[in-house]
Amino acid sequence: MTLDLIFQAIVTGLLLGGVYCLICVGLTLTFGVMRIINFAHGEFLMIAMYGAYFFSQFFHTEAYTSVIVDLPGLFILGGAVFHFLIRPILGAEPLNQMLLLVGLSLVLQNGALALFSADTRSVQSAIAYSKIELGEVIVGIPRLIAFSVSLIITLALYWLLRSTELGRRIRAAASDRETAALMGINVNRVNLIAFGIGVGCLGIAGPVMMPIFYVVPNIGTFFILIAFVVVVLGGIGNFMGAMVASFVVAIAESLGALFMPGSTAPVLPFLLFILVLLFKPEGLFGTRSA
Amino acid sequence: MTQHRIWALSLVGLVVLAALPAFFGEHHMHIFIQILLFAYLTYCWNILGGFAGQLSFGHALFMAVGAYTSTLLLLNAGVSPWIGMLVGGVLSAALGLFIGYLSFRYGIKGTYFALVTLAFTEIGRIVALNTPAIGGALGLYIPIQTSDFWQLKFVEKSHYYYVALGFLLLVLAVTAWLERSPIGHRLVAIRENEDAAQALGVNLLRYKLFATALSAFLTALGGTLYAHYVTFIDPHTLLNMNMALEITIYSIVGGVGTLWGPLFGSIFLVPLAELVRAALGQSYAGVHLVVYGAVLIAVILFAPDGFMGLLRSLQWRREPAPDGVATQAKKDAA
Amino acid sequence: MSLLTVKGLTKSFGGLRAVANLDFDVPRGSIVGLIGPNGAGKTTTFSLISGFQQPTAGEVTFKGERIIGLSPDAICLRGLTRTFQIMQSFPKLTALQNVMIGAYARHNSSAAARRHALDVMSRLGMAARADELARNLTLADLKRLEIAKALATEPELLLLDEVVSGLTPTEVEELVALIRKIRADGTTLVMIEHVMQAVMTLSDSIIVLHHGEKIFEGVPHAAARDSRVVEAYLGEEMMIA
Repeated sequence: MTLDLIFQAIVTGLLLGGVYCLICVGLTLTFGVMRIINFAHGEFLMIAMYGAYFFSQFFHTEAYTSVIVDLPGLFILGGAVFHFLIRPILGAEPLNQMLLLVGLSLVLQNGALALFSADTRSVQSAIAYSKIELGEVIVGIPRLIAFSVSLIITLALYWLLRSTELGRRIRAAASDRETAALMGINVNRVNLIAFGIGVGCLGIAGPVMMPIFYVVPNIGTFFILIAFVVVVLGGIGNFMGAMVASFVVAIAESLGALFMPGSTAPVLPFLLFILVLLFKPEGLFGTRSA
Repeated sequence: MTQHRIWALSLVGLVVLAALPAFFGEHHMHIFIQILLFAYLTYCWNILGGFAGQLSFGHALFMAVGAYTSTLLLLNAGVSPWIGMLVGGVLSAALGLFIGYLSFRYGIKGTYFALVTLAFTEIGRIVALNTPAIGGALGLYIPIQTSDFWQLKFVEKSHYYYVALGFLLLVLAVTAWLERSPIGHRLVAIRENEDAAQALGVNLLRYKLFATALSAFLTALGGTLYAHYVTFIDPHTLLNMNMALEITIYSIVGGVGTLWGPLFGSIFLVPLAELVRAALGQSYAGVHLVVYGAVLIAVILFAPDGFMGLLRSLQWRREPAPDGVATQAKKDAA
Repeated sequence: MSLLTVKGLTKSFGGLRAVANLDFDVPRGSIVGLIGPNGAGKTTTFSLISGFQQPTAGEVTFKGERIIGLSPDAICLRGLTRTFQIMQSFPKLTALQNVMIGAYARHNSSAAARRHALDVMSRLGMAARADELARNLTLADLKRLEIAKALATEPELLLLDEVVSGLTPTEVEELVALIRKIRADGTTLVMIEHVMQAVMTLSDSIIVLHHGEKIFEGVPHAAARDSRVVEAYLGEEMMIA
């Protein structure tokens, strides 16, 4: 167990954390709209990844270019799902809302299974094996790109929420629907956009992840569970918290793979999740009152 | 629908069910057994999810505990599954109490409880995959040569059918008892309004744990039956999210917390799944879940109280759940 | 003999004190009115006494036993039951089933609980509503249901939280008569109320809270004349009868 291996694990975790960031702040945005965690978020990512795959196969290009289709596509998909499925039940019991999303997740995941079969798909990339070497530590270029793009978009989103009028409205609507409406905000439209953006994030995450991961219909399950852990760890509804927690979880996973027997490392995030819910349910960083 | 009519119908239904194997062949028997088995499992889930109102995605875990315990005891020590299932049941109840205590004691409820149960199921799956002693990723096979009641092995499907029917009747009896008993009423009160229940002297932790343990115990029994019918178990089929979700859907579509809801749910959905599988070919396990998912969405959007809720709103039944109390009260008052 | 003694009861949230150093006694068999402007800490006091919230400091003694730290259900079983200001019924159960849950505190079989629940409902004039779903009841009926549920637990001390507000004058009169009957049947009562007409006529003594502090304790007609009390209510739409 050399120090180099540990550093490598940390670096890999760090890079992965950037991608988790993008996925999880999207989830946080949708949480602000629905007050519950979107169970189908992982499936939207899966769709984005398949979209990137088929686009790159069809046009014989790098997966990255599929963003031009994936980003608007996922944004529209998110908006449509919100408008037709979620808005009607926003006032219902949270458990019912969750069940609806469970149903949606089942439809999407198994629909993908029927359409695309369970075969794994991955893309070829000209830079798949390009890397930078920092001493003994190897940084793969695709991972670096994924990390950078994700981080940039996440920060852009942060700026959007903090400093723009739209961002203010989104936060107001997330914080208190009724008061926001009284203040003249069109809550429905704002929620629609917020949800669309939350899902749209995946339209960027998908393309940058394809060179690194393969896609199968149930890849959503894997990521959604990680996303749950991150979001709870960071404090539900807390944008910055989700960012920090993404890195914590990714690095923990990465280090765990080094130290834990067999392939039991994936247990780590779930144990963390349960521990956090028990002892610090507001997450490591506490919640905003949003 | 008076009490007498319900009893009469039930008796007729029972006779019909008992006579079924005489009229149908092996293939149809397989479908009926699945209906009974999943109906059984969803009734078990309904105790915690429907009556106590604690949505759980962890019942696949309880089922797996039952399946693995009885299978391992049989393969390694020749213990009859009839005993193995009780052992599995107790282990499962203990696990349920553990998960339940951790959650309820620390105020985890609602969607977070559902997620916690999901997390435990995932942990269970990963642990099972990595433990060769219980079969690991390869799973466990139960060899069948001849029929043997004590080993829960039957060559003819109809025997499995009767065992499954027996199980279903057992859990129906438990559910009916819950509907009428003070314990069941208190559970429903907890579901409807925890604060109000507490203010009236109902100890939340005690009753939630009771429901969890009972539900887990019974679910494990079903896991054993499943294992010895299918004769092959592995973490991938038993402990994946789909199984966890599937068990809940029958109750939700039929109507949670009711006596007949889960049965209607299974009777409607299981054959539907078969139809879908037949139409699309057997190649993709889980394809029927597209339909289940769509039905679930439709139910939540248009009939959140499930099939039983629809019936009630058509005023076929004037007495809301729990059954029997109001008509009895009228008689008392008269 | 004092059924309930509250000493130094305090509840702080961050820098805010919802209840500050509250002292009072509730003699057995009496009706005590707890009044004060909105936000004075009245419902918080009830929550603290009934175990729904834990105080930052202070003691509550019920029948000689200290009950701080006990769970709400344990306190209920000892004979202290509260109602809720925002009505908390079991919506998908019938009115009778709602009351039966309370009856289960004292009766272990459904039959016995049912009989007792019907009895309580008859005493409150609600027997006709037994089979209606709680979520379909009118406001007045829901208020009665709230009382019925609590009464079914056979409390020695009943904490009523604004059971009269929102009702028409006739309904108020009926409920006042009912509350008198409840006291006559042996239950001690503490009432939070905004409807002065009701609380002034019913109460043996009045406690006035303002910003979490007790600013007055005494007989009703003295409360109406106390300058501090009047000042506290200035700006409130209250009629001091």
